[in-house]
Amino acid sequence: MSYIVAEELVKKYGTGEAAVTAVSDISFRIEPGEFIGVMGESGAGKSTLLSIMGAMNAPTSGRFVVDDIDVYSLAQEKQADFRREFLGFIFQSFHLVPYLTVFENVMLPLTIIKASRKHKRTLVEDALSQVGLLDKADRLPNQISGGEKERVAIARAVVNEPPVLLADEPTGNLDSKTSAEIMKLLQRLNADGMTIIMVTHSPECARYARRLLRVSDGKVVEDDEMPRNLAIN
Amino acid sequence: MTLRHISFKNLIRRKGKALFVLAGLVIGVSTVVGIISFVEAMTSDINHKLEKYGANILIVPRTENLTLTYGGLSLGGVSFEMEEIRQDELARVSSIKNARNIAALGPLVLGVVKVDSHRVLLAGVDFKASTILKPWWQMNGRVPDENGVMLGAEAARILNLDVGDRFKIKDRNFSVSGILKPTGSQDDQLVFARLTTAQSLFDKGGRVSMAEVAALCQDCPIEDMVKQISDALPGAKVMAIQQVVKGRMETLGHFKKFSYGISGVILLIGSLVVLVTMMGSVRERTDEIGIFRAIGFRKRHVMKIVFLEAAIVSGLAGIIGYLLGWGVTKIAVRFFIAGHSGSAPFSVELAAGAFILALFIGLISSSYPAIIASRLDPNEALRAL
Repeated sequence: MSYIVAEELVKKYGTGEAAVTAVSDISFRIEPGEFIGVMGESGAGKSTLLSIMGAMNAPTSGRFVVDDIDVYSLAQEKQADFRREFLGFIFQSFHLVPYLTVFENVMLPLTIIKASRKHKRTLVEDALSQVGLLDKADRLPNQISGGEKERVAIARAVVNEPPVLLADEPTGNLDSKTSAEIMKLLQRLNADGMTIIMVTHSPECARYARRLLRVSDGKVVEDDEMPRNLAIN
Repeated sequence: MTLRHISFKNLIRRKGKALFVLAGLVIGVSTVVGIISFVEAMTSDINHKLEKYGANILIVPRTENLTLTYGGLSLGGVSFEMEEIRQDELARVSSIKNARNIAALGPLVLGVVKVDSHRVLLAGVDFKASTILKPWWQMNGRVPDENGVMLGAEAARILNLDVGDRFKIKDRNFSVSGILKPTGSQDDQLVFARLTTAQSLFDKGGRVSMAEVAALCQDCPIEDMVKQISDALPGAKVMAIQQVVKGRMETLGHFKKFSYGISGVILLIGSLVVLVTMMGSVRERTDEIGIFRAIGFRKRHVMKIVFLEAAIVSGLAGIIGYLLGWGVTKIAVRFFIAGHSGSAPFSVELAAGAFILALFIGLISSSYPAIIASRLDPNEALRAL
């Protein structure tokens, strides 16, 4: 059985005639270590699909299974535990906590796990080293650039070494040069074995993925390997 | 980093809101502390003043006769055989449960003596206890020795005696050591001698006619004291001068009820300040809390952050509120309690109570915002992105 299985996922908002179908009968399988780009127009349903995969938005019907765990059969608090153990999130607007330093922002997911302070510190330092920001650990978010904020967000997403990374428009607020740096960083994480699912508008960013899911009107209309001539390795 | 660290840093960041909550709670707590301290000071002051009123319990021999005097007027010179109380039995009063509330115990021996051609009532008293039992006594002269007497103002006038004059009672020489200034009471008509002197004159060694007790007990009803003394002295009749004590209790009771009512209203307002401010704070942090939830914080983790913030602010408010309320009371006591007989000492119990009260209000008022925060759908955070 695949590591991630989406079976006939349907998500409707509202009821009766006013109901809007955001995700319509989507099924796919993802193996460990894949790097998947999810593309589509605005309103196509890709963010809803990402929130379902993020264990934060229960589908109206269908199943979402990760590592043999039927995510939406879990109680709400268990879903929180699932997110902590299995998922890392990268948000478009970084969403760093403004009153915490870079170091503390990265430490955030470790705050509620049982581990020694020394071990947590090591994990944070490793994550910051990976994104090249160890020297800016004591700065506040408003004292670093947009690209650096994105790197902090990535460090926070990977600090507890989750098997799956979910990224929602990770380069949406960045210039092309910084975007390329971020995408290479994600590629490196993927090369280290992390499964990455990235929603993006940008065809340029999608080229860093190895597999492309194209979504339109709530359905997957294309699910293919990235063509070799387009892929950026 | 811990959840406490997150709470503390958020408070530092949102100083304005934190100070607003702090101010609301400090005002509430300091008012309550001030009112309670002031009531305590008033109570202390009233107790102090009541002590000046002297005896409030009388111990008399148990008798089947009815009194034939009214308002100091004796009807037709009727007299009857007086019962007596043994002095050694009277000592049992000092061993009752509330003995520490007895300010003074004054035994009294009464008898009629003849001075020149006048029949006069002579009272043997303990002059030391009398200073507490009858603080209104003012005397010209000095306290009598065993061969001296003190005359009431009216007795001195009728007997035509002055300080230093000598006279005889039952063939025994006495000198007038002092004369009481008019008191407006029956004491004006009496001749006072030492208890032992009077016992000797009347041949009543070891016996007394009655005893007066000055008892003050803030936490126990006077009826309890009367019962305890009655139990200790089964052969005596113990009576409370009810008007003084009941009046005191009622006055304090009304004042306390009023004070606690005001305190309750102020605390309610303080609670609403905390509730409204914390709700505002939670709404402002919707996306931040959403992120916490998205990265795996459980509901209880989010609630803990909100409660820790409330606890830090309200704990601080408890400390500041107590110190402020205590300080204001100390100043108020100087202005409002005449003679400064009341005081507002530092009270560990009240300080601990203020701290716990502030924490309680802070946490209770933050419960609803904390629940709202913990129930926030993490998907809301993603939508806000």
